[in-house]
Amino acid sequence: MCGIVGLFIKDPALEPELGKLTAGMLETMTGRGPDSAGFAVYGEGEAGRTKVTVRGTSPLAIEERALDSGFPSAKTAIYDTHAVISVPDDEVEALIAWLELTPDAEIVGRGSRMEIFKEVGLPADVAARFSLPTMSGTHAIGHTRMATESAVTTDGAHPYSTGQDQCLVHNGSLSNHNNLRRELRLEGMTFETENDTEVAAGYLTWRMRKGLSLGDALEVGLEDLDGFYTFVVGTENGFGVLRDGIACKPAVMAETDQYVAFGSEYRVLADLPGIGQARIWEPEPATVYFWER
Amino acid sequence: MPEIDLGVTPLRELNGALHKLPKDTNETHWVIENPAGQHAIAAGLDAPLKVEIKGPVGYYCAGMNKLATVQIHGNAGVGVAENMMSGFVHVSGDASQAAGATGRGGLLRIDGNASSRCGISMKGIDIVVKGSVGHMSAFMAQAGNLIVFGDAGDALGDSIYEARLFIRGDVKSLGADCIEKEMRDEHKSALHNILSKAGFNGEVDPGEFRRYGSARQLYNFNVDHAGEY
Repeated sequence: MCGIVGLFIKDPALEPELGKLTAGMLETMTGRGPDSAGFAVYGEGEAGRTKVTVRGTSPLAIEERALDSGFPSAKTAIYDTHAVISVPDDEVEALIAWLELTPDAEIVGRGSRMEIFKEVGLPADVAARFSLPTMSGTHAIGHTRMATESAVTTDGAHPYSTGQDQCLVHNGSLSNHNNLRRELRLEGMTFETENDTEVAAGYLTWRMRKGLSLGDALEVGLEDLDGFYTFVVGTENGFGVLRDGIACKPAVMAETDQYVAFGSEYRVLADLPGIGQARIWEPEPATVYFWER
Repeated sequence: MPEIDLGVTPLRELNGALHKLPKDTNETHWVIENPAGQHAIAAGLDAPLKVEIKGPVGYYCAGMNKLATVQIHGNAGVGVAENMMSGFVHVSGDASQAAGATGRGGLLRIDGNASSRCGISMKGIDIVVKGSVGHMSAFMAQAGNLIVFGDAGDALGDSIYEARLFIRGDVKSLGADCIEKEMRDEHKSALHNILSKAGFNGEVDPGEFRRYGSARQLYNFNVDHAGEY
């Protein structure tokens, strides 16, 4: 199983509601995924600065060590087990290199606007721990996990970052992830877990490093990723949706003048404003959809 | 006439009340408000009721239906009227995957489009879709009629047994062992009867439809292949 949700706001007046609406959508998906939950929020960015989301048992300690370790201009926001550290763009590579050597600090994602949070537990609890209902932004994607291919751990929770301001959530399971992981390791990619979705994320990252756009990477993924999947991909400016060729996993979308929303089931969309007047449809199999602004 | 607000009444309570009704009940007309996409609404009915659902429903709405008429004013999720035995289920919007799956009898009418696998493994149900149906519709369909005013997606009628498929629009591709067949007067007459039962009396010309069915090459034991087993 697993549940995935996505909300892309077209009307800026609705941006302050993004976190609250996404939290409600995630909670509705508890039945499809009670093991862990996660979400990516595209909120305010600051020109010239990049945000790195890190998690660890003591994010406060990570912040203190960062300030003492050559990143005096770092600004940090703490959310439960996660810290979002913002540094000037030219310091981000050094920060990431330092974080990779720092014990008890896992990099979750990076971007000018994207922040990623994920934890083990019921979706409503995870959303509350990170104060999701208070967050605002232009779009968010989220995931509730029912583990099938690997253990119930925070490492196994989605979203998986696929690059700067990019991340992926997945409903389904891939059958060739072991082979693909081996092949991608030979190409220099690194993987932290035995999770199939991390392989899909790594595959897209690798394709994009080779010069493909995200849309083209998803298209060629239809050939290379064996299994069943519905992907929702977040980018700096929007989100994309792709279902496998036989549309094994459910997907429903709604569009109004104010937003485009994605849910594994219609129930996810039922409480969105103006849903009674929304255009509702199921995305076609093997077709890449994108919304941007 | 009981009116149930599913925003207030728990779904199990509603379904429990519907299941307890005797066949000769006087409470034959039920109205359900605020379904909000919940699953298994009005599943397992077994009395000549009329149940009106005012809004979109989730999975398996009116599943296993016997005798009842279920009217859904909105879209339906996966498996609407799945394994229906008898009665009438009418969806005013679109239906998701596997509408009418494994249905043994009764009539399912969908005014919008139906998604993939419509009528999968149908065993006697009649399904009328005003819009189009998605890929793998009537997969392994055994008996009954699937009637589509619009188009059919890839692999229509794959591994079909004896169900009859009537499609007015284009068929993207036919599945294994499914072929177009001659539309004779007896088929036009049968189609006319089902369309009338579905409420399209005289509105639609059965002559505009093309008939598809089994080539009967796949499911019969072929003595010439005996050596291969």
